[in-house]
Amino acid sequence: MIFYKEKLNNGLQIIAELNPNAHSVAVGYFVRTGSRDETDAVSGVSHFLEHMAFKGNEKYSADDVNRIFDEIGANYNASTSEEVTLFYGSFLPEYLKTALELLSTLIYPTLRQEDFDMEKKVILEEIGMYDDLHSFTAYEKVMQTHFQGHPLGRSILGSVQSITDLTSEQMSAYHAQQYMAGNLTLVITGNADWKQVLELAHQFCDHWPAGKTERPMDEATPADHAQIIIEKGIQQQHIMQLAPAPSAQDLLRLPAEILAIIIGDDSNSRLYWKLVDTGLAESAELGYNEYDGSGTWLTYLCSDPELTESNRQRIQEIYDDVNQNGVTLEELVRAKNKLASRLVLRSERPMGRLSSLGGNWVYRQEYVSVADDLKLLNSVTLEGIQKLLKKYPLGYSTTAAVGPMTSVAD
Amino acid sequence: MGKQLIQTHQYPNGLTLITETMDDVQSAAFSIMVPAGSIYDQTKRHGTASILADLITRGAGPYDSRQLSCALDDLGVQSHEGANSAHITFSGATLAGNLAETLKIYGEILKAPHLPENQFAASRAGAEQALLSVEDDPRQKALIELKRRSFPAPWGLPTDGDLADLPHITIKDIQQHYQSCFQPNGTIIGIAGDVDFEQVRQLVDDIFGSWEFAAVREEPGLVYDQEKVFFTEQESTQTHLGIAYDAVPYGHPDYYAAWAAVGILSGGMSSRLFTEVREKRGLCYTVSASLTGMPGLGRVLCYAGTTSERAQETLDVTLNELTRLGEGVEESELERCKARAKSSLIMSQESTSSRASSIARDWYYLKRITTLDQINEEIQQLTTDRVLGYIHAHPAANFTVLTIGPQPLEVPSDIL
Repeated sequence: MIFYKEKLNNGLQIIAELNPNAHSVAVGYFVRTGSRDETDAVSGVSHFLEHMAFKGNEKYSADDVNRIFDEIGANYNASTSEEVTLFYGSFLPEYLKTALELLSTLIYPTLRQEDFDMEKKVILEEIGMYDDLHSFTAYEKVMQTHFQGHPLGRSILGSVQSITDLTSEQMSAYHAQQYMAGNLTLVITGNADWKQVLELAHQFCDHWPAGKTERPMDEATPADHAQIIIEKGIQQQHIMQLAPAPSAQDLLRLPAEILAIIIGDDSNSRLYWKLVDTGLAESAELGYNEYDGSGTWLTYLCSDPELTESNRQRIQEIYDDVNQNGVTLEELVRAKNKLASRLVLRSERPMGRLSSLGGNWVYRQEYVSVADDLKLLNSVTLEGIQKLLKKYPLGYSTTAAVGPMTSVAD
Repeated sequence: MGKQLIQTHQYPNGLTLITETMDDVQSAAFSIMVPAGSIYDQTKRHGTASILADLITRGAGPYDSRQLSCALDDLGVQSHEGANSAHITFSGATLAGNLAETLKIYGEILKAPHLPENQFAASRAGAEQALLSVEDDPRQKALIELKRRSFPAPWGLPTDGDLADLPHITIKDIQQHYQSCFQPNGTIIGIAGDVDFEQVRQLVDDIFGSWEFAAVREEPGLVYDQEKVFFTEQESTQTHLGIAYDAVPYGHPDYYAAWAAVGILSGGMSSRLFTEVREKRGLCYTVSASLTGMPGLGRVLCYAGTTSERAQETLDVTLNELTRLGEGVEESELERCKARAKSSLIMSQESTSSRASSIARDWYYLKRITTLDQINEEIQQLTTDRVLGYIHAHPAANFTVLTIGPQPLEVPSDIL
């Protein structure tokens, strides 16, 4: 496993962790843009643009893009978050050139009007689809409420109204501003030749416009105990709650990752034993999410509405106990073990390595090998967890409820 | 694809072990298939296998429930267990060095579970919560109901059970299901990764060799649904469509031709359904078809989710694409299927979990293992004539159509 990095004159960063014994190569363009970089007028444009990327450029039509990816048997897709738009795929090593050329064409699409109009319908369908996924609705609502007034509170999908109103000119302007080469990182893992990677990158990316946008990274200061209730005539009650947690740049993020496993993993965690093992809830989880400059503890509870209040109390009791007494050494060691195993198993495939390699680079400009990652994990101590809890105690400042309940206790 | 080292061993008690030794991996994955799935649930007790799959890990041998979870976590095992139609399957992966200790724990789970009575209510309540969540998720429900309507009972019945049956299931039912179904004969253990066959063979013998052969059970009879059109009213934002029709099962000489036919419809973003329903008309975000089956019976199951005012058009366009396949298949369409197959077969060698479940499943369906080379050869030899011949022999017709949403749709009666 060898690490390489390079920066083109236009600012495009290229990083690679190569392994000649891998069966495949995975490639991703990490674009540092997402819903937090939007304005009200273009809400949802990052995600819509991610779809439009697949409509091709002057050389390749939308049909061509889909056809050629399928001709080389690629596994490929794209995703948009609050902060990163990612275009990625895994391929057999012999198709590196074709794959890289095609992925590069996605970054500068032509944005034809007829494609834009057609894809708008698909985006509206996607909004409809997520509307039927109640945990997603709860997530969107809790994010909007928690980060109200902060860029992280913007919806990734946008609304039916904002998408309907969006024009292709607005999208072009957003694209020109956000897709400058300095906002992009090309990440490659698996079986590839670094010299060839560089040659191809020069060939496909040298002409991209230089430049970089700055993103304000102020830590959010959420309102205390804000609530949003969405009534739906469904069987189960979904509750999502957020509280501040360490940001992606904070060294406390490692203890935070471990604490989330101890308290709220989907198996063998404190929430699991108290609520899921006992059949009181379908899900009861604590997650830790890191962003540029901010972070969140995300509590998710899905249960029979009649049990929701008592379940929330049970969660609060666990949080109170942890905030006061911390966790045990046994729990810490076990969680480290669990995370280490996940890390090693995931890293066996180039595609499994891509996101952590890219994530570390985009958020922190650092390369962390699997071995170094394991060392970092092992360096977390009970004192580190105490320090974390002192600054970012478990709890909630914002609640979103989706389901039959008309109110939730504060 | 490169050479694969696959070895099998049949133990005197009827247990089968299949191993695949893989290069360049540090992990070992396992898939243990016990013939105890939901098809063996008693009438009015649907959900028994599903509850058993949960209760069985709540203590076994020297471990109580919590100790068992901790022991597996300490070994770094990423595990999953659940009931499907024919089996309760235990799968997992860990570093290869931890495999022996891990399998010993699974020996306790399979042979000496506590099935604690005092945790039965919690386990059943968990099953109920899961079923209620399906009621809230129309997309998942559409696929579960489509399977129910297009496969004969008990194979098509939801593997998680039936809300109405849950209150009638007792701990005795669970114990009885365990007694009658957990047996070495018919159980398959697939292991793939950085493993040595001889060592694993001995290890499995030490753990499971003493497990006693049980009486062979009668397989349940099949009951077919005569209805073809189903509508469930639900106040969802989208209308969720399910369409099913007959195909050939895994192991059939035409299986790969059937796979290619479905691939042309729904494999990749250049496939017909994606192109015609989503790309050209923008009717939906998700549209897909997949080939699925049970021993001796295959089906194509299609799904599309679309806003209600466009649901009729989505149904009409989708049905048209399914039937139009019989008019001809392009050489280039088949070539793309072949490329996707080759690439995914090669990449499956990077995943010990994927290989462990493949070899175990292969043994269940075929009583032999198809190598990746053999699969690739079968697929690369396909011609458009052969695929079209298959489509003509097994046309997309006699559809089962199901919708969940605010309004029923019109289904032309001549296609049913």
